[in-house]
Amino acid sequence: MDATILSFLLLDGLQNGVVYGLLALSLVLVFAVTRVILVPIGELLMFAPLSLVWLLEGKLPGTLWLALVLGGAWALMARGRGALLPLVGGVGLFLLFLLAKEVPPLAYLAAVLLVVYLGVATYRVFFQPMRGATVLSLLIMAVGLHVAYQGLGLVFFGPEQFRPAPLLSGEVVVGLSWQGVLVLLFAALSLMALYLFFRFSLFGKALLAAAENRLGARLLGIRPEEAGMVAFGIASLLAAFSGLLLAPLINAAYFMGFMLGLKGFVAAILGGLASYPVAFLGALLVGFFESFTSFYASAYKEALVFLLLVPALFYQSLRARTVEE
Amino acid sequence: MSLLSVQGLTVRYGPLEAVRGVTFSLKEGEALTLIGPNGAGKTSVLRGLLGLAQAEGKVFLDGAEVRGRSPEALLSWGLVLVPEGRALFPGLSVEDNLLLGGFTRFRRRENLRPDLERVYTLFPRLLERRRQPAGTLSGGEQQMLAIGRALMARPRLLLLDEPSLGLAPLMVQEIYRILGELKREGTTLLLVEQNAKMALSLADRGLVLEAGEVALMGPAEALRQDPKVVEAYLGLSREVEEG
Repeated sequence: MDATILSFLLLDGLQNGVVYGLLALSLVLVFAVTRVILVPIGELLMFAPLSLVWLLEGKLPGTLWLALVLGGAWALMARGRGALLPLVGGVGLFLLFLLAKEVPPLAYLAAVLLVVYLGVATYRVFFQPMRGATVLSLLIMAVGLHVAYQGLGLVFFGPEQFRPAPLLSGEVVVGLSWQGVLVLLFAALSLMALYLFFRFSLFGKALLAAAENRLGARLLGIRPEEAGMVAFGIASLLAAFSGLLLAPLINAAYFMGFMLGLKGFVAAILGGLASYPVAFLGALLVGFFESFTSFYASAYKEALVFLLLVPALFYQSLRARTVEE
Repeated sequence: MSLLSVQGLTVRYGPLEAVRGVTFSLKEGEALTLIGPNGAGKTSVLRGLLGLAQAEGKVFLDGAEVRGRSPEALLSWGLVLVPEGRALFPGLSVEDNLLLGGFTRFRRRENLRPDLERVYTLFPRLLERRRQPAGTLSGGEQQMLAIGRALMARPRLLLLDEPSLGLAPLMVQEIYRILGELKREGTTLLLVEQNAKMALSLADRGLVLEAGEVALMGPAEALRQDPKVVEAYLGLSREVEEG
């Protein structure tokens, strides 16, 4: 291996690693606040670029109807003043989609908002009613939703792969496209924003509090369902942006999200589903590991990444204490 | 008019009735204590009152019946619970814990600084340790933090569940000194305790709960001298538990 190949592999690993990192942070956050392992995060991620492609071709994507149906269910379940948010959001989203056909800037915005709305509605409709359930039941629901959303993705978008035009074309140096730089910049900005939000805003701290002690948070007027909605909202937002930025580099197709989500999950497990910094560093490790294994043993690329889980799980099982509910 | 009035409160956990038809009321500025043995349903009364457990019966605040009880709704009225086990946020700093105590008021854009100063005046130890994670505090300091955090919500009625549990005797006295101070300042207190001696020395009235029902109710002074209470709750058993 020479220096050129090494730098290619490093850049490739970094670019994928930061995306896994954002997914891992989302998974840790959602798990800490709601105890849900958000398996369908990969589908949410892929819905963003696929909906964008549909909008740019002047078609309304099926994900819009899915979001509106779930939003309707959310409004029915919330009733009263709580129904205002899904209703206004749903109508706004629909109008935005009508306006955004073949208008790229609006289409990007519409794709992001769609995924955020869908993510929050998913929590409100499927997870919030079973908030008292065990982690296992919540996981089963999450896996079920992953299968359903993936199937719906096939129905909505067909089996083809799409490659939306990059936001910025061209390469900075050989091996690093401007789009790749955008991915890195976005990751850096998100990390900073998350840090500032959790470090300095009382709303961010309320979210951490809800994750640390649900009863304590409730007694202080931090509603668990609101905290859950915010956590799902942040996770969907990060997933949507990651999907939009990544799609021009890796193609978008209904089945692509799962692997990305799973690698984010591997990284989150490295951090014990609890530590944000370790999860992010773990994601970088997964990214580098993946790019080097794809060079040396590309046939075993995915398998070798999941092999990383073995020592991580072994370590976690050694330091595991009794889990308090 | 009474600040809080509870009528026929029954709390169930599945088929199990933990509390049966408990009725009591509290005037503004008064301190009432619920005492009774382990498993008598003291904590369940609080849980039922706050809507944390399945409950029947009526609850009136300021004479108006409360429907759809939830901790969030009652909090905005000014009913704040310091739960057993304290329910602190161990990873957050002492100051963040306190600020989150005023979270609903923060949302209404009220200034929390003066309240923070007041809590630090009441508990100078918390000021010293305000940057430390709450999980690193000692048991007594954690109890102080839990009470301080509740005060940040400006309670009209403060509910305390076993504030002396697991604390060294000196720390229990310190906590009760502060509760006495709060009472003098006019905070209404509802105190659930196993440590009947301490609780009855602070409270104006006491209520003895046995097997989920009110066994005795009366002025704290009278209960302290009631032979049955003395035998059951103020006798030797107390010293053994404290040791």
